[in-house]
Parts: sequence; C-alpha cells; structure tokens
Amino acid sequence: MKLLFKKLLGIFVPFMLLASGPVHAGKFDGITIRVLSRPGPVISGAVDMRGKKFTELTGAKVIVLELPFSELFNKVLTDWSQGTNSIDAAVTSSAWVPELVDMGLVADLSDFVANDPGLKLDDITEYFREFNQKVNGKTYTLTLDGDFHMFYYRTDVLNRFSQEPPTTWDEWFEVAKAIHGKDYNGDGEPDYASCAFKKRATQSYFTVWSVASAFIQTKGTSQGVFFDTKTGKPSLPNPGFAEGLRVYKEMGKYGPADELNMDIADIRALYLAGRCAMVIEWGDTSPLALESDTVRNLWGASQMLGSTRVWNRDTNRLEQCNPTLCPHAINGVNHAPFGAFGGWSAYINKNADPKVIQAAYEFFSYMNAPEQSNIDVTQGWTGFNPYRTSQFEDIDNWLEAGFTRASAAAYLNGMKQSLSNPNFVSDLRIPGAAQYTSVILDTELARYLAGEINEEQTMANIAEAWEEVTEDFGREKQMKLYRATLGLKAHY
Amino acid sequence: MQGRGQPESTTPAGSLFSSATGSNLSEWVDRHSRQLFIFPAVFLILVFSIFPLVASLLITFTRIRPRAGGYQIRWVGFKNFKKLFTGSEQYHLLGTFEGIGIFGWVVIVVTAVAMIYWLYRYSQQDFRLVGFAGRLITASATFGIAVLFGATLFSGNNFGTIPMTLIYVLLGCSVQFLIGLGLAYLCSLPIAGRAFFRVVFFVPLMITPVGIAYQWRMLADMRLGPVTPLWHWAGLGEFAWGSNALAARLMVMVADGWMWIPFMFVVMLAALETVSRDQVEAAEVDGAGKWFIFRDITWPQIAPVAGTVVLIRWIEGFKLVDIPNVMTNGGPGIATETLTMHSWTRWRSLDFAGSSAVAYTLLVVAVIICVSFFNFVIRKHAHRL
Repeated sequence: MKLLFKKLLGIFVPFMLLASGPVHAGKFDGITIRVLSRPGPVISGAVDMRGKKFTELTGAKVIVLELPFSELFNKVLTDWSQGTNSIDAAVTSSAWVPELVDMGLVADLSDFVANDPGLKLDDITEYFREFNQKVNGKTYTLTLDGDFHMFYYRTDVLNRFSQEPPTTWDEWFEVAKAIHGKDYNGDGEPDYASCAFKKRATQSYFTVWSVASAFIQTKGTSQGVFFDTKTGKPSLPNPGFAEGLRVYKEMGKYGPADELNMDIADIRALYLAGRCAMVIEWGDTSPLALESDTVRNLWGASQMLGSTRVWNRDTNRLEQCNPTLCPHAINGVNHAPFGAFGGWSAYINKNADPKVIQAAYEFFSYMNAPEQSNIDVTQGWTGFNPYRTSQFEDIDNWLEAGFTRASAAAYLNGMKQSLSNPNFVSDLRIPGAAQYTSVILDTELARYLAGEINEEQTMANIAEAWEEVTEDFGREKQMKLYRATLGLKAHY
Repeated sequence: MQGRGQPESTTPAGSLFSSATGSNLSEWVDRHSRQLFIFPAVFLILVFSIFPLVASLLITFTRIRPRAGGYQIRWVGFKNFKKLFTGSEQYHLLGTFEGIGIFGWVVIVVTAVAMIYWLYRYSQQDFRLVGFAGRLITASATFGIAVLFGATLFSGNNFGTIPMTLIYVLLGCSVQFLIGLGLAYLCSLPIAGRAFFRVVFFVPLMITPVGIAYQWRMLADMRLGPVTPLWHWAGLGEFAWGSNALAARLMVMVADGWMWIPFMFVVMLAALETVSRDQVEAAEVDGAGKWFIFRDITWPQIAPVAGTVVLIRWIEGFKLVDIPNVMTNGGPGIATETLTMHSWTRWRSLDFAGSSAVAYTLLVVAVIICVSFFNFVIRKHAHRL
C-alpha cells in the first residue's frame, strides 16, 4: 500500500508541479534544499549564487554543503544508501550517477523533464541530453556544465615562432620542439611548450584518455575505449593505448621539470601567468584567461588532436588510417574528443521529501535554463562550460563577458567541432567507475610516468585489476550498463 | 572483629528483610568494587576499540559494498590478503621482485646468520619455551624484512608501502632521535640563550601535520619557493624533487622530521635534566672527557627514556599519512606512499575490505616490531640497570 502510494506520488507530483505553473515567490516557503558539491567558489559558488536568487523567487532555501572532490562520491553513496539522507541533492560528476541509479537512490526526472517547457530540452546538445543526463533511457540528472577535453594553444606564441596549430600528435611534437624553452611572457625566463597536470590522485587519468583515444576509437561513440563490447574484457592491452601512454609521457620533455607533482591548480596558475603554449584542458581555459592580463583572449582552441595511425582491432596493430578503418577521419586524421568527467550535473535523492524533490528539480531546472546558464558558462569563476546549442550560437554573451569576437569564435568552434564529432568518446559511466579509473588507472599511470614500469606492464596491470573489479560487480551487469552508455543494446 | 559476610543482626523484625538485603548488596558491592570500578572503562574499550577491531578483522575476509538500506557482504576467505601478497596488489604492498642482486643476497644471508646465531645463543642460556617462541617470531619477522629489502631496495627493484613505511619509521625516527638528542644535549649545557632555543625548537610540534606539509610544499617549490634562486645558482633549475623518487622520499622525511624532532628534543631534555650532576662533576674532576662522561654516565641514565621515546615515535610513525598525502599524493608513482595511505586510498574508493586488509597488515607489522623492540631492547636494558 505504501509502495503504491509512493508510485502514485511519483506519477502525480510532476503533473502537480506543472499545474502549479512557473516559479513564483512563496511557492516553496519553508522548504530547504541541501545540495552537496565541491569546495567553492568554482561550481558550489555558482550553485550558491543561483540558490539565493531562487530563494527570492520561490521562498525555498538552498544550502550548499561542500566536501573535497575525493570525498564527494563516498558521501553521497553512504548518506543515501544507509538512510541518513542529510543531503537532498548533489552536483557532482554525472559519471557516478549510474552506480547510484543501480542502487535505486536517485530520483527519476524523466516526467519532470518531459513536462518542463522552460528547460528547452532540445537546446541541450545531444551528447549531454542523451548520454550525460540519462541512464538506461531515463533522465536522472540535469547538466549544469559541459565537460570534455579540448586542445588549447597560445595564438600569439605560435604566430611569433611561425608555427601552425597542430592537428595531430606528430605535428604537436614538431611545434613543441620549435617553441619550448622560449620566453612567452617577457619575464626573461624560459617557458614551456606543454603544461599538463600529472600529479598522482588528481585528474591525470582523464588526460591520458584524451591523448590515447585518437589512437583507439575510430568507428564512432558506440565503439568505446574501455572495454570490448562483445566480450566484456578490458580493451587493454592494445597498441593504441600503448601509443597514447608513450605520447603522454613524451610530452613531459616539453613541460615543467616538476610536472609529475603538479595538479590542475598548479597548471592553471602557470598558464594564466603566460608560461605555457599548449594545454589539454576542459572548457575553462578561455573564460579563465579573461581574468589574466597576460593571456586574455590569446588562447586558440580546437577539438582534441588526432592521429593518422590508429589501432586496427582486427589485426591488433597500429595502422595507417583509411576510409574503412577511420570512417570519421578529417583529411585522413582520426579525432576522438574525450568526454572527460562528463560535467558537473545535478541529481536528487529519491528518498527526499516529495516537496523537496519538486523544489530541487525546479531549482536545477532554473539553473539549467538558458536564461541563467547562458550567462553562467561565460564566467570563468563558475567552472561551468557550455552544453547548449544556444550557448554556442549566441556570441553576444561571450562578447559581454570580455571575449573578443575572434577568441570567442575560436573557443566555440572548438567546442562545436568536438561535440558534433560522431567519434566523440564517452567517459566510463558504470558502477565502480571510481575504482577503475581514479584508483587503478591513476596508480598505474603514476607508476608509468615515474618510470617504475613500461607501457606493457602498465596495461597488463590495469587489465588484471579491472578484471577483478568487473568480476566483483558482475560482468553481465557491468557490460549491460557499459553498452547502454555507448548507445548499444543491453545484450550482445 | 566481625567476619566477612556475617553481619550482626540488631535491626527490628519489621525491617529485617530489607536491611539484610541492603546489607548483602552493600557487601556484594564491596566484594566486587574493583570490577565495578573497572567496568565502565572495560565497557567503553569493548564498544569503541575491541568491537571495531573484531569487525574490521571480519571485513577483511569479505567483499563489502554499500547498497540501499545496508551493506552487501560476500565471504571471500583470504582473497583480499592473497591479492595483496601474491596478486595484483603485490607490487603496491611489497614491491616488485625481478631478481635479487648480490647486495640483496648479502643482506639476506647476513640477517639469516645473525638471527640463527641469536636463537642458538638463547637456547644455550636460560631456555624457556615462551621466550624462544617470542624470539622466533622476532627473528622470522627480521628475516622477512631483510628478504623484502634484499629483493627490492638492495636489488634495484621498486618497493611497496611496507618497505617504505619501515624506512620512514626505522630510518626517519632514528635520525629524528639523534638530532633531537643532540639539540637537547646542547640546550642542557649552560650556554647563552638556551631558554630561547628551548622555545624555538618546541614550536613545530604545535603545528598541525597538514599545515607542516603545505608549509614544506611551498618552501620546497623549485619555481616559486624561497630557495629557488639558490637552487638555480647551484645549477639544479631542471631538477624537481617531486619527480624523483629518492628526493621525494627525502623531502617527506625532512618535513616529518621537522615536526617530530621537537618531541624527541623535549623528552630527551627532560631526561638530561634528571642526570645526576654529582656524578658528572666527579667524573670531570677525575679528568674524564665529554664523550666518556656522556657514554658512561649520562647515557645509561637516559637510555630507558630514550627507548620509550623511540617506541612512541615508531608507533606514531606507522600512522604517517598527512605529510606524503599533501606533499606528493604518494607519488611519483607510489614512491612516497605509506601503509596508512595505502589503506586510506582503498577506503576512499569504497573498497572497505581491501582497506581493512591493508590496515591489519599494518597492525601485525607494527605490533611485531614494537613488541620486539620493547622486549629485546627496552626491557633488556632496564634489567641491566
């Protein structure tokens, strides 16, 4: 009976919500929404800012709770699974949501979304609408931030040394050799062609996929890079990832000496001070550069670099691209932009009070709506990056934020290039994602970069440890979800 | 005199029963007062110490994962330990074994001979089974450590979190003790400004370890730190300690030492203050040199304190996690990672069973080493005095 009541409530609440019309003052008086996110001002500062505005509009009080990035998933999982329910909603990586959904902890937002014209769902680009927000075809999250890696380069530095922006990794090394050690910011110190965050237990494991994907995935998003979609075994070892590892390590020759002990904050401080010529980063680089007198509007951007040599899964060798092997190649170059992290996304505790669920949904819908988000993504401090078509098309907001027309065009074109690429690589979004990547991959990658092990050992160790995690969670279940995240049928 | 349990009955008949009951209870309380007084402490220890200890031990034999409304637990036997000692986590816990070099063999053989000789000597003296069993455990553990170091560190192979933790504990704490003792000795001498130095040397102990780790991370920054000009002047501009395993380990030990040397200093200074001045002055009158006075008069009097302070530091040292976590995140690779950090990273990824298995390994290693040190160094020395 209780279950039936809950189900009926689940069906009727969205309709009641719609019947109640748009947000208005006093609508949620007395309701408090406790939202968990990372330490501010990035992300949580923006949630807090919009929360105050939402309070003025509806009366709902939004309290933002902050925890270090590495503690976020544990907190949400234990709080919701053990019935503490001290958190009503979370703004974290969308990659963690499938595990929470699998445990029945996240509110299904499908009906809310389907009946929310203010959300302008069709304006959200396909990857974020269909992959990032959904699990098994149902919507569980609302995207607040479009995260994927792009390649950034200093236009002034490349011009000064007569270099063209590279499109492949081979070209990248040629440019790096030509410009490394030169002074880019006029302080008399030699600067770095490349800056990459490689410190252990930070976010280095994202970047290695951004580098390696071009060598691994050629036939579209459904091919995937992490597992064999037919056998469920890890895709490693393979010559594509081996090449990615080699390139990633080799990049260090053109970077700071202490790169292995630098996290993303260290790298951002360096490139905002004008000391880096090329970086692999999320969409924050150009908006952040607006805050720097040294590099404002000096960053060009493109989709992640590609390769003319790719892994042929039939022969298990690196081979030259051809129309059969690389159907999505551009001028013979295979690009595979990686949806690193997936973006900060909002989701709601299924066991929260129905009124709070309703208020939380309206709050995130308010944040996600173009009227708010199209402004937020232009502000570097928010940490939010574009994910709506209108954000790519409407250049005025970017000009207003301080972009020049040229730099805004370069930045947005890079984004559009990436998101419209049919060979876009989806991040790992299955239960145990944290163990597969931030523990196993991260540790082995750190050992490889430190010179403890070679490419073959690195891949063998990762594959062995991944198999243990897969067996632990159950191969059938894992592969069903993995295939779903690639847009494939659950069974094979 | 009235015998126990035989109260003299002088109460009126109407209140006989209640009075006798009260008296019996009072006697019972009297008889069990020791147990009753201890009970709250025992209860608290059982609830907050023994229960978690037993529960975490049981967890090591399972795979445990949160699920809606509770935990999903699956019995896996020794699988978690197998993974650590012989499986995919062996490199992480012990190190990589790719052949033992000559130096490694020398270390292993010398240790084996020394341990056999030690056991043989004991068996020839006052042999007792319990004593021999204890020594056998210590000798086996020492040999195990020698094999571990012989096959990894002394053979040029990478080593894992057990050897790294032992280096931090045994080598790091020894150096801290020597420096702390040296500073305490200097401050015990009648030199100018010693009161000032006593305060200055004590300050780092009052700072939180995370603060110290950030402080050293900034101090040792080779691009923006205060020593950067000196670093470049020395021609080391392209050298980064954070990318070099040996240098990173050294930096962690320096930061840890900076924090804990004051502890050694304070305790040893207190011990030095208690050394009999009469004996020292008598020795000086007899013409004894400073070294001889320290070796033959001062050291025997401060040795028990020295042993205890080292033991306390070892126990503390096994728990080192904050400094390497902030300074290097355990890197480069896993070069600076300790056992506690190993356990913590497992816990952080919700691998509770793997984390508990590492924690129990740490417990066993720490207990064997600390108990051995207490039995065969501190207690033995105390008996001699």
